[in-house]
Amino acid sequence: MSRTWKIMLPLVGALLAVIHLLPIYVALSVALKRPTDLTSRWQFPNYLYFEHFKNAFIDGELLRAFGNTLVLTVSTAILLVAIGSMTAYPLARIRSRLNRVWMNVILGVMMVPTLSIIVPLYSMMNRLNAINTYWGIVLILTTYNLPLSIFLYANFIRTIPRELDEAAKVDGCGHFGLFYRIVLPQLAPVTAAVLILKGLKVWNDYEFPLYFLQKPRNQTITLAISRFFSDTSFDFGSASAAAVLAVVPVTVLFLALQKYFVSGLTDGAIK
Amino acid sequence: MPSDARSGRRAVLNRSRLVSRLQLAAMYAPAMLLFGAFVFYPLLSGVRISFTDWNGYSQHYSYIGLDHYRKLFRDPNIRTAFVNTLIYGIGSTIVQNAWGLAYAMLFNRKFAGRTVARAAVYLPVMISGLIMGYIWYFMLQYSGGALNDAMAAFGLAPVDWLADQRRAVSLILFITSIQYVGQAMVIYLAGLQTIPRMYYEAAEMDGVRAWSRFRRITLPLLAPAIITNVTLKLIGGLQLFDLVMALTAGGPGFSTHSFSTMINYLYFVSQNAGYSATLGIALFLSIMTITVVVNRYLYRKEVEY
Repeated sequence: MSRTWKIMLPLVGALLAVIHLLPIYVALSVALKRPTDLTSRWQFPNYLYFEHFKNAFIDGELLRAFGNTLVLTVSTAILLVAIGSMTAYPLARIRSRLNRVWMNVILGVMMVPTLSIIVPLYSMMNRLNAINTYWGIVLILTTYNLPLSIFLYANFIRTIPRELDEAAKVDGCGHFGLFYRIVLPQLAPVTAAVLILKGLKVWNDYEFPLYFLQKPRNQTITLAISRFFSDTSFDFGSASAAAVLAVVPVTVLFLALQKYFVSGLTDGAIK
Repeated sequence: MPSDARSGRRAVLNRSRLVSRLQLAAMYAPAMLLFGAFVFYPLLSGVRISFTDWNGYSQHYSYIGLDHYRKLFRDPNIRTAFVNTLIYGIGSTIVQNAWGLAYAMLFNRKFAGRTVARAAVYLPVMISGLIMGYIWYFMLQYSGGALNDAMAAFGLAPVDWLADQRRAVSLILFITSIQYVGQAMVIYLAGLQTIPRMYYEAAEMDGVRAWSRFRRITLPLLAPAIITNVTLKLIGGLQLFDLVMALTAGGPGFSTHSFSTMINYLYFVSQNAGYSATLGIALFLSIMTITVVVNRYLYRKEVEY
């Protein structure tokens, strides 16, 4: 590497970091300023003012929204891990024409856009009295996040050597015993990837909660934040504080688990 | 009696095969039930609803045949939404892949602060598109917005960023790209690490120029990463919803709507569930067609190399 590159690269890297974080910085600056402070948003306040954050928490009922979102995410994640791994095992291990069809079905489901089925799905859930229920939205979120989970598990299981499987088969283990005793204990790394990728997707989801959780009592974070911004004359400070607060848990999680995030994203991506 | 013993063993085998079949069915059942109930049934019932004038809540509706499908092709708002959907989908696929690959080439070199910069590029991927849209609102606002403040500092007149169709659509494309470029970058970085160093060293010794090394070594060997990235971005971009809702909600007028936001509008605001379901089918078919065609093309390319 030439010497100019050696000096330039860190500068370019720093510039890119600044550009990508700029919008978040501006939102933070709005959130921390008094409403009467009309200085430019580029300029950070030189005093401490947390009123907007207090408003966001109390008026936006953010704490409850965080709790609701956590319940949804954890329940969906448990179902995704259980059903995803169980479906993937025979799919990865048994070569048959039926399994090839099954795999294409799963691929097809991955391509169904949320909004394309929202009208019939909503009317069906309405008939089942499942609007504003957690079980309803958890089942829907599970269904639509399941294809990629099955894929990640199937790709991983293909890389596990079959020797143990064969040994267990000789000992008279059935498919289910084989999966439960031999394969499942080896799935920790890919489970971390599924939890991170899909947990994040469910945590950030907007479309499904928008339709299936319409009561303020059970709203999720994205819904709570959108309520701040959809008022025609909204309070900029509190709205930006709410948006910043919504970013905090994800950021903390990301910084703590960065390594797993990146490997989770890439493991299934390139064969 | 050997024949008896054999048939006895066959019975045991048959029973164990039956048990094994049942176990397989039990393992597939939950996923099949979920897909059947929440994907395939709605898809079919969506086709039925598209033939009706149902408003979304009343008990009464009547079948109107293909009227909605005919209307779909003449509706200027749908045409705008279709063009925008292509811009958001195909545009962001091209932009994010080129941009992400450039970042990956950059971050594949070692330099001071590399980890921090890479994390900063990747962090926005974690954030909900809806919230990212709201965060950008503070940049784009007409009065007091950070961008217009910067314009003023350079003596330029303030701009109403989201008031003009072209500018608003380009901005939505830009913001979704700058938010998710980190995802493409990370996948390309992982792809680059699978390319053996010696290929480059050999090419360099033979005096192959940098651009040719990129065209002849890097690009072909990145094929799996390219296919993954293109597929991901197409599926994501063609159904773009939350960012548009946060920034413009489809306005001004109908000028920035995507198919997804238009479906929401037709269902929630105009209470035209039948028409909305028709557009849903159009969206599904568009994504299916474009993704399959592009994938076929890329796989053929990959085989060629």
